[in-house]
Order: sequence, then C-alpha cells, then structure tokens
Amino acid sequence: MSIALKNLPREEPFAPGHSACQGCGPAIVLRMTFKALRPDETAVVAFATGCMEVVSTIYPFTAWRIPFVHLAFENVAAAASGIESALRALERKGLFKSKKKVHVIAFGGDGGTFDIGLQALSGALERGHKFLYICYDNEAYMNTGIQRSGATPFAAWTTTSPVGSKIPGKPQFKKNLVGIAAAHEIPYAATASPAFWADYIRKVRRALDADGPALIHVLCPCPLGWRFDPSMTIDVARLAVETRFFPLYEIENGRKYRITFKVPRPKPIMEYLKLQGRYRHLTRPEYSDLVKRLQEAVDSFYHWLEHMEKATSDL
Amino acid sequence: MTVSSGELKKARIVGLTGDEAVAQAVKQCDVDVISAYPITPQTIIVERLSEFVANGELDAEFVPVESEHSALSVVTASALTGARVFTATSSQGLALMYEILYITSALRTPVVMAIVNRALSAPINIHCDHSDTLGARDSGWIQLYGENVQEAYDLIFQAYKIAENRNVLLPVMVCLDGFTLSHTLERVELIDDQDALSYLPKKLCYPFPINPERPATYGPLALTDFYFEFKVQQAEAMRQALSVIPQAMREYEKISGRHYYFFDAYGLEDADVAVVCLGSASGTMRYIARELRKEGHKVALVKLTVYRPFPTEELVSALEDMKVVIAMDRSLSFGAVGGPLFEDLRSAFYDHEKRPLIGCIVYGLGGRDLTPSDARSIFKYGLEIAKTGMVPERVKFVGVRE
Repeated sequence: MSIALKNLPREEPFAPGHSACQGCGPAIVLRMTFKALRPDETAVVAFATGCMEVVSTIYPFTAWRIPFVHLAFENVAAAASGIESALRALERKGLFKSKKKVHVIAFGGDGGTFDIGLQALSGALERGHKFLYICYDNEAYMNTGIQRSGATPFAAWTTTSPVGSKIPGKPQFKKNLVGIAAAHEIPYAATASPAFWADYIRKVRRALDADGPALIHVLCPCPLGWRFDPSMTIDVARLAVETRFFPLYEIENGRKYRITFKVPRPKPIMEYLKLQGRYRHLTRPEYSDLVKRLQEAVDSFYHWLEHMEKATSDL
Repeated sequence: MTVSSGELKKARIVGLTGDEAVAQAVKQCDVDVISAYPITPQTIIVERLSEFVANGELDAEFVPVESEHSALSVVTASALTGARVFTATSSQGLALMYEILYITSALRTPVVMAIVNRALSAPINIHCDHSDTLGARDSGWIQLYGENVQEAYDLIFQAYKIAENRNVLLPVMVCLDGFTLSHTLERVELIDDQDALSYLPKKLCYPFPINPERPATYGPLALTDFYFEFKVQQAEAMRQALSVIPQAMREYEKISGRHYYFFDAYGLEDADVAVVCLGSASGTMRYIARELRKEGHKVALVKLTVYRPFPTEELVSALEDMKVVIAMDRSLSFGAVGGPLFEDLRSAFYDHEKRPLIGCIVYGLGGRDLTPSDARSIFKYGLEIAKTGMVPERVKFVGVRE
C-alpha cells in the first residue's frame, strides 16, 4: 500500500485552536491519524485523561469534529469496548445506522497505557473488540509535569527520577509495550514515529483493516518534558529511529515480525541524546558508563528484532 | 408493596432467587449491553444473563470484563452511545467502581446497576450489610432498596423508567440484601413481556447519543468557570427525580398491580414509635411490629424503598406525629454523629416544628442475623425512649457481643 501526500484527505477531525504546546509531538500524531481514513469511513475517539484530552476539550470549547469520549485515566480501553459493543448491538437491533463505516479509536498517553491503564487495555485486547488503540508515548507523565513512567527510558531525567548525586536519572529500562500487546496475539501491533508519516499512516490503515484489536505505539517527542527547542520535534523523532533507539516495526497476529524502516548504519545514540536536556548529564564523562549501557541495550534489542524478522519471515 | 385488585393480565408465577429475579427483569427490559465482573453474592445475576445471551433469549452484547472498574466504564460508554445497559456488583466491586460512579452520574447516563449488598473488607466477609451502597450515597446515583425478591424484580423495571426520564437522566442502583434475598428462593409474579416493553419503550436511551453524523464531545474538562454549574444541574436532576419516581411507580402499578412509593408504612396511623429501615430487615421488623401491636404497643414500621433522593418532605410529614423515630442503620459511618440513615432523618427534622426524638440502631454488620428478639428489643428501646423522653445513647449496637 503506497501512501501519497496528494491523496490524503483534507478533512481535519482534530481541528486547530487546541491549546497544546508549540512543537507538541502528540498533536502532530493526532492530525496524521485521521489521514488514514477513507472517504467512506469515520471514527469515534475515546481518550484517557492526559495532555491531549486536556488541551482539546476545555469546556465550552472542543477541537473535535468527530465524537469524542473521555471518562477517566485508566479505562480508555474499557470505554472504547463499551462504544464498540453498543454500536454493534444497536446496529443489529435497528437503532443505529451510519452512512459511513465507523471506527473506534482509543488514545492514551504512556501513563494511561503502560502503567495505570494496562489492565483495562489487556482486557480489551483479550476480548477481541474491533478497535484501534494508539499510545502516544512522550515517555513521562507530562500532563502532571514530567514524572517518570514505565515508558521513561533508562537514565532519563524526570522530576521523580532526578539526576542526584547517588541516583543519576531513571534506574530502570522502558517497558516493551508492543511485546505485551503482541502477547495477546492480536491481529496487528506496531511502533511508529511522526517523522515517518507515510509509515505511520500506512500502519493506521493496516490497523483499521485488521479483523480485531490493533495497537500502535507512537514515540511522540515532548519539547517541554524532554527539554529541546519546539522547532526540533520531528528531528528528534527521526533521530530516535536513525539511532535504533526506537525501531519501527510491526507484528502480525503476535507472530510475524517485520522491521518497517531498516537502519543498517545507525548513528550513535549520543546524536539523539545530546539534543535533549533530560539527558544532559550523560554528556559528562563520569556518566559515560550509563551511555554505554544504554547503547548496548539499544543494539541488543535491534539485533533481536532482526532475528525475529528473519525467523518469522516465512510465517 | 401491596397488591391492588384490577383488570390485570393473569401473572405468571415462578420461584426465583433474588439474583435470578433481577436477571429475569433485565432480560424483559431488552437491554443492549451488559458488562459485569463476578463477585459473591452477585455472580448468579451475570451467570443467568450470559446464559440468556448465549441461548439467544436476549439480544445483547455481553462484555465479560477484567474488573468492576472496567464494567462500569464499559456500560457508561455504551449508555452514551444510546444503549440500554446493565451491570451488577457487590461490596469490593462497588468500591473498585468508585471513581467511575461519579462519572456515570455526571455524564447523566441512565445506567441501571443491581447491587447485592455485602459487607466491605477487612476482614473479608461475603454476607450482607449496607456499608457498600451507603458509602456511595453521595455519588449522584438514585438508590432503591428491595425488601424481598418480588421487589428486587419490580424495582429493575422502575429503575429504567426513572433513569431514562429526560428530566432525570441519572443512574440508578437497585439494592438487594446479599444471600437473604440474592440466594433465597421466593414466589415471584412476573409481568408480561409486552407490558414490560410498553412501560419501557425501546429507543435510544440517551438524548444525544454518540453519532459521527452529529459529533459531540463527551466528558470534557471544565474548570472554575463551568464545573459548579454542572454540579448544580445534577442536584436539580435529583430534585426532579422526587416527582418522577412516584409517577414511574404509579405507572408500574398499572401493569403489575403492585403499589410502590418512596416508602411503605405499617401502623403509622396511631403509633407513638416508628422504626425506619432499609431492605430485608423490614420483613422481620413488620412481623414483630404486628405482634407488639396485638400486645397493645403503638409501634409502626417504615420501610424506605427510595434512599436517594432522600424523600425528606414525605418522610417528615409521615413521621411528624411520632414521639420517637428509630433509624436502623446496617452500616457504620466511622467518627460521624451516627449512622447514615439516622443522620439523614435527624437532619430532615431539624427545621420542622414537630420533632420526634430520634435514635440510631446499628445492626447486622457482616451478615449478623437480626433475630425476632433483636427486633423486639429495638421496638422496646423506642418505647422506652417514648416513656422517658430521652435517647440514652446516640448510637446503639444491636446483636453484637459486648
């Protein structure tokens, strides 16, 4: 499937005028998401509490030209399950009709997905609801002011993983969300990046066409929390991929792995780290060991992915 | 509940437990989405409902969630989509739903939830008291309490009627005592399926259902400039419910022959002492009241069916001529003036000219049985207060070891 800029829909279900920060990665990703819809399709979106919910629906204003539902922080997958089930029941019983095919898309940040919302997400994936879950991962609790989450990378500074004289940033590594989703053996799971828009839109398209639940994990740079200039969002996102820090891949039916953007000659991760204030301490010589550990983890995961791709290529 | 004679279809009479009766009523309401998580003593409700769906007796989506928190989240979102929805829980399950209880009511979704009353942990206990639902009394849900299996069945229909009324649009809890009602087989008169649907016509149950052709934003952020107004509208909806509830009950009487009101009073016309209680204890209390009246004691029983909204005016005018009112609380409000029912009743009388003496009895925690002799001692306690003119202790525990 080729995605051409000139063929993308001009409609903007996520309208301008919201109050997201300049250079907000998640806001870019929201816009791009709906570029995957065909003319005969529309969507209902459900949001976990978080940045994107807060910036887009400050009463009496809304940035949404499609139905938007927000209940709470940890239950967006359950809310999406409820909408999907109700639409199915009501359509069957003749109480709901739509000219367009209606997709249910749930959005959660990394806090609402990796941490507090993981149980509801697992339940919804296991039950097999026909919906797409998009995790916009900015690698910390940004809405409450940059606290560490299960998605915060090793050694990164946040306000609850400060760079202290004894503990320099987050001691733990990031959780493998796509691996967790794939373990549910859902039809489709993938990672994505706003710097690779065609790849992202193609993945949303594949996810919407999947016969069952799908999950896309998008790395969304946050200028405020990662401490970089708002003009650099896409550059930072691209470097995350080009250093193999955040590889782009997809998993079909929990089995078949495919790297969707191969990085044969990766840049050193320092190229990516040095752009961001949250890693500023890592440029100091006394922390070179941390950089080494991080580089090893990045290399090791990418090599594992290559093995998985090769091992599952004939599935 | 009293049966009135009239032109009614011949009722089908069956033997059902409280849980089965609730499931039967939910089926007859033709719900669209059910989501629940098993918990004793509620489990049989969802077992029966999943059977109805699996056998094609009920055309609904059954969403077997991984927690009560998700159960209420699912049905709240389904209700926003316009579906008629149902969930059920008990005790810890209700406690886990707490966060969503307030969201369900604030989004004005007409969710109906059966609560099989059970004590809260710790210590863990599966038997009945009202700590679970009484703790949720401020969550913006209407609360109805059944005395027996027939009432649990009947209240489900009335709950939908009230919840879906456009002047109300609030969720409703139908509460029935764990085991005493949930697992006890009783004679139940079923209403006719067609009558049920004429009482509760099938339609989209939410006035602005989710629809991409008419996009709307549900559950926005509202801060200092608008939040307060939303809350006052909820309070107004609760006030409206006070007039909608008796109307829904009158209409139900037309199809069932059974009369419901905010409360059911026995012996009030000439009594000095009235006991007010919720749920299945009413049966024992009424039986003892009858015996005591035969012995010449002027006692009465008021069984409260509607606890939220609290029928303040109606209760005050019904009880104003009593010398003594005893509130029977099957829950504790730790550190408070007294039990929740007691506090509501006493507060209701504060600005009324005629004020009975009001006592509080706490009984039956964790399923402790309320024996006929306990019931008798409660009335005697009231009669003693009537004689002495003073309430000896603000909260008195009955049935507990010293």
